[in-house]
Amino acid sequence: MSDIIKIKEEYLNKLSKVSDLKQINQIKSELFGKSGKISNEFKKIGSLNSEERKGVSSELNATKSELQNFIERKIKDIEINEINSKLKNEKVDVTLPERSFSRGKIHPVSQVIDEISSIFSEIGFSVEEGPDVENEYNNFTALNTPENHPARDMHDTFYLDKNKEFLLRTHTSPVQVRTMLQGKPPFKIIAPGRTYRSDSDQTHAPMFHQVEGLHIDKNINMSHLKGCLNYFIKEFFEVDKIRMRFRPSHFPFTEPSAEVDIGYELKDGKIIIGEGDKWLEILGCGMVHPNVLRNVKVDPSKFQGYAFGIGIDRLAMLKYGINDLRAFFETDYRWLSHFGFDPLDVPSSYRGLSR
Amino acid sequence: MKFTIEWLKDHLETKFSDSKIIDRLTNIGLEVESFNSQTSELDQFLIAKIVSSEKHPNADRLKVCEVDIGKNENVKVVCGAPNAKDNLITIYAPPGAVIPKNQMKLSVSNIRGVTSYGMLCSEAELKLSNESKGITELSTNKYKSKIGKNYFSNKAPKVVDLSITPNRADCLGVKGIARDLAAAGSGKLRKKNSIKIKFSGSQNLRVKITKEKNQGCSLFGSLLIKDVKNQESPKWLKDKLLAIGQKPISAIVDITNYVMLDLNRPLHAYDADKIDTGIIVRNSKKGESFEALDNKKYVLGENMCVITDKSGILGLGGIIGGTRSATEFKTKNILLESAYFYPKSIRTTSRLLGIDTDAKHRFERGIDPNSIEEGLFVAAELIQKICGGTISKKNIETVERFKQRKISFPIAKFQSITGLKASEKVVTKILDSLGFKVKKKKNILDLIVPSWRPDIEQEIDIVEEIARLIGYDKIATELPKKVRVRPTLNKQQKLFHFLQRSVASKGYLETVTWSFTDSKINNLFKEEKKEIEIVNPISSDLNVLRSSIFSNLIFYLKKNLERDFKDISMFEIGPIFTGSKPGEQEIVLAALKCGLTSRLNWIEKERKLDVFDAKRDLIQTLYEIGLDQNSINVDNKTPNYYHPGKSGVIYQDSLNKIPIAFFGEIHPNILQKAELKTDALIIFEIFLDRIKFQNKKLKDLKSQFQYSDFQKSERDFAFVIDKNFKVQELIKIISEVDKDLIKDIRVFDLYEGENIDKDKKSVALNVTIQSSQKSLTDDDLNKLNKLIISNVENKTGAKLRS
Repeated sequence: MSDIIKIKEEYLNKLSKVSDLKQINQIKSELFGKSGKISNEFKKIGSLNSEERKGVSSELNATKSELQNFIERKIKDIEINEINSKLKNEKVDVTLPERSFSRGKIHPVSQVIDEISSIFSEIGFSVEEGPDVENEYNNFTALNTPENHPARDMHDTFYLDKNKEFLLRTHTSPVQVRTMLQGKPPFKIIAPGRTYRSDSDQTHAPMFHQVEGLHIDKNINMSHLKGCLNYFIKEFFEVDKIRMRFRPSHFPFTEPSAEVDIGYELKDGKIIIGEGDKWLEILGCGMVHPNVLRNVKVDPSKFQGYAFGIGIDRLAMLKYGINDLRAFFETDYRWLSHFGFDPLDVPSSYRGLSR
Repeated sequence: MKFTIEWLKDHLETKFSDSKIIDRLTNIGLEVESFNSQTSELDQFLIAKIVSSEKHPNADRLKVCEVDIGKNENVKVVCGAPNAKDNLITIYAPPGAVIPKNQMKLSVSNIRGVTSYGMLCSEAELKLSNESKGITELSTNKYKSKIGKNYFSNKAPKVVDLSITPNRADCLGVKGIARDLAAAGSGKLRKKNSIKIKFSGSQNLRVKITKEKNQGCSLFGSLLIKDVKNQESPKWLKDKLLAIGQKPISAIVDITNYVMLDLNRPLHAYDADKIDTGIIVRNSKKGESFEALDNKKYVLGENMCVITDKSGILGLGGIIGGTRSATEFKTKNILLESAYFYPKSIRTTSRLLGIDTDAKHRFERGIDPNSIEEGLFVAAELIQKICGGTISKKNIETVERFKQRKISFPIAKFQSITGLKASEKVVTKILDSLGFKVKKKKNILDLIVPSWRPDIEQEIDIVEEIARLIGYDKIATELPKKVRVRPTLNKQQKLFHFLQRSVASKGYLETVTWSFTDSKINNLFKEEKKEIEIVNPISSDLNVLRSSIFSNLIFYLKKNLERDFKDISMFEIGPIFTGSKPGEQEIVLAALKCGLTSRLNWIEKERKLDVFDAKRDLIQTLYEIGLDQNSINVDNKTPNYYHPGKSGVIYQDSLNKIPIAFFGEIHPNILQKAELKTDALIIFEIFLDRIKFQNKKLKDLKSQFQYSDFQKSERDFAFVIDKNFKVQELIKIISEVDKDLIKDIRVFDLYEGENIDKDKKSVALNVTIQSSQKSLTDDDLNKLNKLIISNVENKTGAKLRS
């Protein structure tokens, strides 16, 4: 057996028994150090004749790399073992609570306004807004509700001056007036916002939210009104079918006017919107009255169209099973956390209105 | 408007079932609110079972009974009946019930030291028989499953209650409703037999309507009925009124009410013997007064339409009569009034005086001016039939004659508005049955509007009539096309939505509170702004429009702290008001956060919130909405509700003088005044409308992407600088030394105290340096170092800390 093979056998044997880095480094220097065993063998090559040299040199190189590979493998094994044994002591109880964070929420009214905007956006409505404080003309007179009109009794108005010139808008309809006075037809807008009536009990709050809709163009008729609202209600409640009833009614600013009922049923005390045999009044609408168009300088012989007004809070209550209107505005931390929406839940057409 | 189906059938010949009529009413715009029996006093008497009876502790003859009345809990009733015993089924009357025999109203009472809720009734007390010895004994077999149910079944006819919209004056009488139903094809309007009255003599009481400005009366019809014998109304009339909840008074009053409800023709009956000389209809003078039939004294203003005689005011025309000339059972001679009052006059007067009556409700909406004679005759005939007497000829004083209204209606208009085709025949039939006079002229219908329809003025009103009677369900449903030609939201609206969700995502709960608030709290946040009072607030603690959202947030914060929440983060985005005119408002996002961070967290150290927590949430939000971090400028001039030393204002850039946001700790005075108990309270607010954006879209705003792979170096500096010197300025000075090379500056330490002069502070900064051209040599770096130090020292007087 040559010296080289002897060294190889000896050290492979040694190495296989070693288990810490120190010893390996020791072996490394024993073999490959300046006067290491392998290094010495290399030195011997010089004294060999060329024939021998070829054989020994290739044997020596092969042995060297074999040992080196073995050492490297061994080092890696030891390192992994060391990490593994270290990890045994690094174990924490991950069931302990995480570092603190708090969850914010979006108010149901805001969420529903975004849902509504998303639905109407799909069919080409854009969003308009108007001031909360209105003058008497925009809130009533321009909307075909002159002073002394009994319809004014339907609105309990908050006034800001003794002459009743300025008031908190009782509906979002004055946005119709502002929009039409500022632009030229066609108009296709929705106007969500705060509205106010001096009325307060279980089912009425002195402030609530409405969304106004207005579509004026050359040939817009009641069938378009019905189609638009049918589309909206179906999309909003995320149902395939909806029973709807348009009932003649009266609003000074639309004619013909209608109130719209939707079908529902009660299941375990919960309202299920869609098909049931009961009716729920949900909104008022109609064809914009020619007097209103005249008041906002739109020629009713050329342009016509529809308008509607929907209670946003009520929609939110129906869709999300909220019973008490007044709770919307009472800022109870528990209520806001319970009924609020995650801020990343932005209603949109492609990912759906709601989760 | 209430009526029974039976009453309706006085005018409508129909084979339709009740439920079909009810449906049809709603479908033609006469909304049915309810269709129920009038509640009866007898509804209160319940079938009940004595669960147990014990001797009364203080009275030998009385028993204390536990009674099952079908509710969750039994009631305790003290009873003296000898036959009261366990398991007896009997009749129970709760507190509030009226005992039929003696009309005694029960209340919760204490009977010798035991509280008794209601009473167990004998047959005699219920007028069932004369049996009065004990309480009623009901057969166990028949009644054991009916505990808690009404004993008396309600036999009152069902009443239709309509909610009549203000335009439909004509449907405030049963006949008008019948006419509408007939026009909708639900039957035929009955023709009434013509009235046959033998008139004797003329109406010789002088009536005069004064000619003056603002005269509220245009027509005043009247007749005299002499030698009547007023009495209780006959059963048919009483039943009619009782069924709809009206109290019968006397035949004369009941008949005038009946005619009003039946024909929508308000009338008034005067005791003619109490009228001094004659009737004058005139405007009131300020300060005049009279006692009305509601037993209240009214002091009048100017120009109210009053019916008077020589001695003064008899009544307010069309609104309410007076006591002085009221009819009584002993009344012998009657003056019957049937008049027309202008809606506007009625409305103004009744609003000023706060009176609402059935007559007012009708005149204000517009009564048929041509119904004066019919009203007088129908009532007179009935009075004569019931009370006898002789009827004079009528007298109608006229100031202004009623003018018929004419409308030319192009038939095509109907389809243009509704999208529905209707034949001329159908249209004509509907209009004809509504009482229109219809004449066809080519494609146009020349119409004369019936006098009872003051609401019909123009073409569109005709469209509505036809549409509602054909039925809205016949109109097609044209689904909308999914086309968008304009963006849905404008820049400001997008900002609103973005801010809302940006702040919520930092752990704040969004709330929505009233736009009004309590002036006392508002004053804490109002500063120099105007107080905007609401003239008619819903309550005294919601009496002004808010000058700041914080007034409401603080109010509700307190409520939540009282609910034992300690760490609260919430915000609202909405209007605040700067004046009482439209547009004097601005959109603000206001947020607050109170308490500790990491409260009771095992791994993090809890600490009080401070101004820099507020600043973090605010600044991050402002960056997220797209403000340029390099140009935002912070200063310390804040409103007086902020802690003066721990708050800041943000300007969009250093040139701008308009604050776009504030942040900081709240002023300690506010915590004290609002009695808020919390560890710390920080707030911030953003004024959306003040934020200016470039008119470009993001795609145009993104600069070219450039980056450097050359080596980065970091250098630390510590400067000792005047305590009041703003670190913002220090950073700016450093960054301006070489804008290309200096990539980032971080403040990693702030030190005041030992080894530093009292009026100085030490600021330690880490500066990142990198070139986009080359690897910087030590030489380059040293040069820059020196430049930074010399610039800072020269411009600020700071010294490098050694």
